[in-house]
Amino acid sequence: MAAPSVKGFPDFQRLKILAKDEFTSLLDQMPGRKDLVIDGELMKPLDRIASVSLLKQRGVDKIFKFDSSLKSMHGCEQRIYLVRPRMTTMKAIADHINSDRNINFKRKYSIIFVPRKLHTCLSVLEYEGVMGCVTVSEFQLDFVPLDKDVLSLELPEFLKSFYLENDQTWIHTVAKSLVRLQALSGEIGHVYCIGRGAKMVNDLMNFLMKRNSSEQDFSRHEIGSLILIDRDVDYVTPLCSQLTYEGLLDETFGIKCGTIEFGPEVTGKQQSAKLLLNSDDAIFEDVRNRHFSNVLGYLSSKAKSLQQDFDKRHGLKSVGDMKDFVANELRRLKEQKSVLANHIGACEQILGKKTKGGFEDYLQTEHSLLEGSGLRDNVNFIEELLFKQDNMLKTLKLICLLSLTQNGISPQTYKSLKTQYLQSHGFEQLVTFSNLKSLGIVTDQETGSQAGTPLNKVASGMAAMTRRSTFQSLCKKLSLIPKSDDIDLKNPTDMSYVFSGAYTPLSCKLVEQVLTRGGFTGMEEITKYLPGGVHSENHVKASKDHSTPVKDKSGKSARQDRPVSKVVLVYFLGGCTYSEITALRFLGKLKGYIFVITTTAIINSSTMLESVMEKPPI
Amino acid sequence: MATADWNPLGEIYYKKCEVYSMGWSDIVDISKFEVSAAPYGGPIALLKDESKTARVQVSTKPIITVFTAAGKQISQMRWNSGSIHKMGWSHTEDLLFVQDDGVVLVYDMFLTFKKTFGMGQEAKDVKVIDCKIFSSYQGTGIAVLTSTYRVFIINSVDDPRIRRLAEVPGLSSAPSSWAVINLDRQSRALIAKGSELCLIDQGGQYQVQTPDVSTEVTQFLAMSLSFNNRCLAMFTDKGVIWIGSSDLQKKYCEFNTKSPTPPQQLSWCGAGAVVGLWGNMMLVVGPDKDWINFNFDNPVHLVEEEDGLRIIGKYQHEFLYKVPEVTEKIFKIGSMEPGAMLFEASKEFYKGSQKADEYIRIIKDKLEIAVSQCIEAAGHEIDPAKQKPLLRAAAFGKCFLTDYNPEAYVNMCQMLRVLNQVRNHVIGIPLTYSQLQHLSMPILIDRLVLRKLFYYAVKICQYLKIADAEGASRILAHWACYKVQQKNEDDETIARAINQKLGDTPGISYSDIANHALEEGRPDLATRLLDFEPRAGQQVPLLMKMHKDNIALSKAIESGDTDLVYTVLLHLKESMNQGEFFMAIRNMPIAYALFIQYCRQQNRKLMEDLFYQEDNFQEEGTCKVVNSFNEDRMEDRIEELKLAQACFTKAKNEFAKVQTEEQIKLLKYQQRLEEEMNRPYLNLSLHQTIYRLTLANNHKVAEQLRKEFKVPDRRFWWLKINALGECGDWVELERFSKGKKAPVGMEAFVEVCAKHGNMKEAMKYLVKVSPEQKVKCLVKVGERKKAAETAFENKNEEELSYVLSKCGPSDKQLVDTIREKQEFIIIQQRSGSPSECSAKESTSSSDADHNQLALYHVTCQPHNRGYMVPIGYKCTIYVTCPA
Repeated sequence: MAAPSVKGFPDFQRLKILAKDEFTSLLDQMPGRKDLVIDGELMKPLDRIASVSLLKQRGVDKIFKFDSSLKSMHGCEQRIYLVRPRMTTMKAIADHINSDRNINFKRKYSIIFVPRKLHTCLSVLEYEGVMGCVTVSEFQLDFVPLDKDVLSLELPEFLKSFYLENDQTWIHTVAKSLVRLQALSGEIGHVYCIGRGAKMVNDLMNFLMKRNSSEQDFSRHEIGSLILIDRDVDYVTPLCSQLTYEGLLDETFGIKCGTIEFGPEVTGKQQSAKLLLNSDDAIFEDVRNRHFSNVLGYLSSKAKSLQQDFDKRHGLKSVGDMKDFVANELRRLKEQKSVLANHIGACEQILGKKTKGGFEDYLQTEHSLLEGSGLRDNVNFIEELLFKQDNMLKTLKLICLLSLTQNGISPQTYKSLKTQYLQSHGFEQLVTFSNLKSLGIVTDQETGSQAGTPLNKVASGMAAMTRRSTFQSLCKKLSLIPKSDDIDLKNPTDMSYVFSGAYTPLSCKLVEQVLTRGGFTGMEEITKYLPGGVHSENHVKASKDHSTPVKDKSGKSARQDRPVSKVVLVYFLGGCTYSEITALRFLGKLKGYIFVITTTAIINSSTMLESVMEKPPI
Repeated sequence: MATADWNPLGEIYYKKCEVYSMGWSDIVDISKFEVSAAPYGGPIALLKDESKTARVQVSTKPIITVFTAAGKQISQMRWNSGSIHKMGWSHTEDLLFVQDDGVVLVYDMFLTFKKTFGMGQEAKDVKVIDCKIFSSYQGTGIAVLTSTYRVFIINSVDDPRIRRLAEVPGLSSAPSSWAVINLDRQSRALIAKGSELCLIDQGGQYQVQTPDVSTEVTQFLAMSLSFNNRCLAMFTDKGVIWIGSSDLQKKYCEFNTKSPTPPQQLSWCGAGAVVGLWGNMMLVVGPDKDWINFNFDNPVHLVEEEDGLRIIGKYQHEFLYKVPEVTEKIFKIGSMEPGAMLFEASKEFYKGSQKADEYIRIIKDKLEIAVSQCIEAAGHEIDPAKQKPLLRAAAFGKCFLTDYNPEAYVNMCQMLRVLNQVRNHVIGIPLTYSQLQHLSMPILIDRLVLRKLFYYAVKICQYLKIADAEGASRILAHWACYKVQQKNEDDETIARAINQKLGDTPGISYSDIANHALEEGRPDLATRLLDFEPRAGQQVPLLMKMHKDNIALSKAIESGDTDLVYTVLLHLKESMNQGEFFMAIRNMPIAYALFIQYCRQQNRKLMEDLFYQEDNFQEEGTCKVVNSFNEDRMEDRIEELKLAQACFTKAKNEFAKVQTEEQIKLLKYQQRLEEEMNRPYLNLSLHQTIYRLTLANNHKVAEQLRKEFKVPDRRFWWLKINALGECGDWVELERFSKGKKAPVGMEAFVEVCAKHGNMKEAMKYLVKVSPEQKVKCLVKVGERKKAAETAFENKNEEELSYVLSKCGPSDKQLVDTIREKQEFIIIQQRSGSPSECSAKESTSSSDADHNQLALYHVTCQPHNRGYMVPIGYKCTIYVTCPA
């Protein structure tokens, strides 16, 4: 069942199998017929782990989506809740149990916490007086392998809970996930941390590893280095409009846990289509990393060649050939055709959306914000969007970029933009701005600089005018904004192609720098601008581990084929975008690295902002 | 001769051998004591009851002494509780005392008190007249017989749960004898009532049985169950020993001893023979009425073992056991078994005689059997001098086998080495090989630990290469627990000593040791020890138990495991008053943040209090704002907002204050509007509110709101134009356009008309549009040709490109014209040669493939990158020259 590792990628099917086995054994702990109530956000990840038929086979009768607003639920005599450890969820479960009790309905309850049970949750159960009638267990589901090179924890709330609310609960989960991964793939020799959370994860990971050190097998190293990056080091990149095919699919339709659902407008049929987006889909694999301008052309040529393949049937001579064609070719062609149709449909949708509604002007403003030019025009453009009551997320994105690229917005502009935003999109957004300020995404320039006397104020104002913002300095030092104008989007030579050559993702550039320099030495000028600082650790003593010949013959040859130092695990804390994944894949191809991207969740600008926005009252 | 001390009992042989000469011979007269010895070579407890021997009634309490099986004293104490009825050992080698009021006291072999429990109120009230300590399937059980002839039973002293057995019908006097039987995973009592036996169980059932005895029986005076609970021996008042199965279904034999008195002890030797002890005379009776008689010089005490019987006397400690089959095979005179042959061969070989070869030849095919027989027989020997020749024979035989697995041999050598070691009188555990197999090695190690023989235990573990986690370090942990009990040493020394010895050995739980120290009443030592504990998960709960809450909290934070932090926080919250609690966490940002997180979900009020206490008015205000969203009633909502406003004032957040104030105003407006117009307005933003009003043709109120909230002109214009466009009020739109000078320019009017498809109206405004916007507007209304012309008139190359970019597939002609014009302009603008700066076209635009979409990429300005402009069904890359 386990697929052999592809082109040097460590085999992550193992993770899936482990998770599946763990889950089935948890189900078996409650023998007989039972209902399964699943936390909404766990549905997709679980789908990737265990199929419905497997669940049925294990005695699952009905599967419900957990709804905390329901006061009671029906179903059979046994019920399993599969939930994230949240207090509100616990309260709702307690309500269910108590309502059953009130009507004297006898039922067996089991709560499976993903990924671990928390004391606070148990205390809620205790407080509600239901602790006695539930059995509690843990399902350590951490990584969901989305693709051969992408692992996700599927924890979108990490960003909010860690950076905004300063809650470290998920840091533990991240560290644990790395410990478990290393138990499978061997200890990772080099660890580089960029940011505060990264350092915390590393410390906790070391702590957890030391504890089990005697029980682990470190002989099979599969991953050479680990780079942990905090999202708050680079908020700019996820806020930029994505222009790669996969990124646009996510922004337009929303990719959930590696699957996408195309509505009838894409499929051109009555029913909608669900597609698994990964490297198994050859067509998708070819276009996912392309700049969007090269997608349709490719797809149409693909369509043509497919048509040619179809046309072969006219040239079939003998009956045997025909039989062969129907048996082997036809099925494949038909499948490809439907996939291709979906992708072309999706492209058309994206194009339709992007050509309307002043997307060009928007993109232009975005790019000049990144460059730091035409400040006045950009502010005017944002105001215009507000006055025209344009999409609130879109506008907010630009405000965020404005602040991030300029080290905050000048107090006057800050105030007026906020006022206008509130007038357009409601008073609730006051809380949103307060959140964004805490996160440091939208700030005013006065915060931080202690301007006391009027004289000082003038001086600091002067300084602000001459001084480059943090972001601009980083751009300069790392040359994030390419100087040359002609970026060949078809055959790119630089990571910046993912943003049409306007901007190289900061996060990916940092990864590149760390790898080429083999650490942070010589990067002091850059790292001083990064919040939370950097940290690196080397566990491999003088690379002895790598040079010692392995007794096992097959192991030895495998090692020579794939020098482990080239396999790099990049871990984004707080999520990453598809564009960043694409950029890293490109970097890998360019420099011969094998990147494995791990993240707390895959995000885009909208999901990122939505997670910290205040929901309007209903 | 090897068989000299074999005593035949029918077909089989019994052998008695000395294990120890007792170390107590000078001080102990066994007849004056009540003796109790633990099975599996366990220690011997002696109870000297002065009152029994004293001529005058004295009130002195008895003295209890515990010896090893070799007669070395371990401990001694004077009893200080009630009157002891019975003394016995548990399977974990704890000494149990049952008092006549049913109270059971548990001591360890060093006579340190461990725990106590009772056998129930009834037993306490009516007194216990007899008691049995038996081994149950759960461990060691106790059964008591009260003076009302009821039996109470517990199955395990570790988990004493009292059960009352069924009543024996018509029992009017104390039963002549009784026993406890384990049958079908349940303990039952077998009670002799006259000639009948009554089996009673926990379920209240009873079963009366009459065993098949050929002679007349009036009473069963004694009964004894074999070690494995399968066989039963009974002694009748006529001196007959009845031997049968424990379910009374089978009778093996009856043996008339002709003794009128019952034996002092009726025991089993393994499962094969019954032993009766009358004074210094011991009678061994086999199942086929065979018997052996032994006489002793001194009084003895019998201890049953699973494979034999230990006989403890004043001078000697002997072991009576059945000669194992394999030993018999090898040593029996004239035996032709392979083992016997091999043994002979080996003997000859070491003598240097060639006969060895002859013997080997005889058993050539059965050499493997011979080797294993010798190995097995060596195991059963107690004397190392007898083990050696057997092992030597095995080793000798092994040489002739090519692919013999030496594991059995090596294992046996190792086991014997360990066994010989523990049998040494210094340790004094006379364990046989088969007992060890039943007991298992870990338990033997435990027993060494129990005797505080840590060094031996560690050495054995190391010798047997047992993993540190289960072996050496576990023992060290026990040692440490013992160490913390030493009250005469100070905390620091002990902590250091323990750490030195234990270090970071895996498998060591410092928290367990610390817990032990805590139980010993040494919290300071516990704290010191906990410092060595690397696992915060173990450390923190104990610290909380010790009320070292602050340390617990900081350790939990250090660990990075928020779950632990919460555990401490919630505990603190319960145990402190709120003010103190807040003060305690304010200096720990992580704990503080976590607690706020907790409150956010569980107790918002508490969170506000916390912000208030910290003077964090900004956050408090935000809280109140969020609260206001959840209020249903408008009055409550406004009330909350007012509170928020006050908070923002205190936080000096002018902006938030003003916004909140405006929101209150807006809400009031909206409420009024809803009442007046009967349409939903609540929760809309200001923009949306005015928009709706405009849609509803309510321009007056819209204007009022605009003034009230100081809506910027540009916003208002855009809003109104869009709203009017949406509801198609072209008249009002026109009126509006003619009013004050529009801050947004006429192009806005054109745009909205175009958007709602009214090109006629759009044209009206087009004339008023400023020249620089004209081209764009023309494109918007679809007049591309005109736009191109205007652009050309303006001589604006950029505008031309813009028009070009908006051209569709149907504008082929127009595209060509624009191209021409563009080039013309470029040539005009540049004085250089036209050929140099002509546009570069990568593909011809001639064949329009209608099935293809393509993108247009302009790279003329640096900020223009990434334009995605469809220009129709051509695949074209068009690059204009930079000006």
